[in-house]
Amino acid sequence: MAGMFAGPQEMMGYSFNTAPTSASEPRQHSFYPYTDNGGSTLGISGADFTIMAGDTRSTSGYSINSRHVPKLFLIGGEGPKNKGARIVLSVVGFAADGDALKEKLDKEVKMYKYQHGKPMTVSACAQRLSHILYNKRFFPYYVHAILGGIDEEGKGALYSYDPVGSYEREQCRAAGAASSLIMPFLDNQVNFKNHHIPGSGEGHDLKPVVATPLPKETVIELVRDAFTSAVERHIEVGDGLQMMILTKDGVEEQLLPLKKD
Amino acid sequence: MGGFDFSNHSRNAALHAQGFPLPTATSTGTTIVGCLFDGGVVIAADTRATSGPIVADKNCEKLHFITPQIWCAGAGTAADTEFTTSLISSNLELHSLSTGRQPRVVTCMTMLKQHLFRYQGHIGAYLVVAGCDPTGAHLFTVHAHGSTDKLPYVTMGSGSLAAMSVFETAWKGNMTRQGAVDLCSEAIKAGIFNDLGSGSNVDVCIITPEKATLLRNHITPNEREKKMRDYRFKKGTTAVLNQKIITRADISKYVTVHELDDGTPVAAEKMDVDT
Repeated sequence: MAGMFAGPQEMMGYSFNTAPTSASEPRQHSFYPYTDNGGSTLGISGADFTIMAGDTRSTSGYSINSRHVPKLFLIGGEGPKNKGARIVLSVVGFAADGDALKEKLDKEVKMYKYQHGKPMTVSACAQRLSHILYNKRFFPYYVHAILGGIDEEGKGALYSYDPVGSYEREQCRAAGAASSLIMPFLDNQVNFKNHHIPGSGEGHDLKPVVATPLPKETVIELVRDAFTSAVERHIEVGDGLQMMILTKDGVEEQLLPLKKD
Repeated sequence: MGGFDFSNHSRNAALHAQGFPLPTATSTGTTIVGCLFDGGVVIAADTRATSGPIVADKNCEKLHFITPQIWCAGAGTAADTEFTTSLISSNLELHSLSTGRQPRVVTCMTMLKQHLFRYQGHIGAYLVVAGCDPTGAHLFTVHAHGSTDKLPYVTMGSGSLAAMSVFETAWKGNMTRQGAVDLCSEAIKAGIFNDLGSGSNVDVCIITPEKATLLRNHITPNEREKKMRDYRFKKGTTAVLNQKIITRADISKYVTVHELDDGTPVAAEKMDVDT
């Protein structure tokens, strides 16, 4: 309950000024409706697959709310279990907003199929998500969203968003509490940044390694290593790892344990 | 006249109504505990050090030496616990040399509280002091503002509530040595798993009139699993933009160079590193 009125930094806050004021002076009241529930997510797209992942810990301050709150959601498909869904949304940041965003996008993707008689493409879904986020430009969904799927050419598709709807298609993206720990690792291991071909030249002429799409097995190993390492160095990441592997055959979900300290 | 003094209550209520904030308690992440048993005292700590949400050290030592028979567990600002305990350790050694007696735990506790009170809480050291002296086994807590407690079982730090829940569930009087070690370890584990500020391993120190035993990494419930991939880079991955060769003759102008007889590398102090 205290969190409802607390600023982003404080453990406990009050709706009145810190300095004593006389009753006649104007007083600024504040209301902070957001909380940070920690955790981290990531997505990597390959030649014919996309892998989405997120830890399952939900935190507030130094406390653990729950050790199993999924951050990955199936979008579209049939019924409340999203049977046959081909799109996955990951949300990290304020869990309540993430849930609301997921519900809204899922509803709209399902309505699209009822009205048009065909499933929504990933690119259309990606643009719709951008609009949903920008619709709340001045009271944003406090989340970093990543959307994954398979595009119309059968290639892995991955879109990442800021809280107000700016979006981009990418090869890989890490979001959330440990994003600053995971993203440089992904740059180096997925896009081979700072990798050169040994003996291909002298000094500045040394040829950089050209990034080629990685096989699925390699990507799964990278994702697992990224998370076990993030758990070591970030206190808000841990408990469980939820992975969704998207291929032309559908979505396969995996749950693996992570350290609980 | 006994009982509490409520004379400030109306004043504080009035101040609060005018917008004066309530005091806020701050403590950085740690779980430390202590427990008396028949014939001695046990203290224990977790081994995680944090700066904000980042783990700064996965296996740090929070159990500090004061005298051979007095040890101290520290929470709060790492530097403050480190310097405060070593200062009091020095002064107690001088004190015992000048009196020709074994230092007492109350003396240690009094020196700590007087030092901390002088700095009005700006020295952020929250301590559990434990030890054995000619008057018996003793256990105290000392807060950064200088207040102290003397209790049969104590907890401090951000994991203190998790740890205290274990003590309040399972503590009994007249504990055995092993019973106290196990209870303290369980309390620390509650902190490790339920408080984000605490983590990694359990350190324990058992103090009896005969000797003190430090069990470093008594329990290690959080060992890292092996990484799935090998991240060693091929030689030549990083571009060499320029190089400079410094000969032995050059460097000898500034430092003394010793020849090693048998080409084996001299072992420096061992460091914990990930492979």
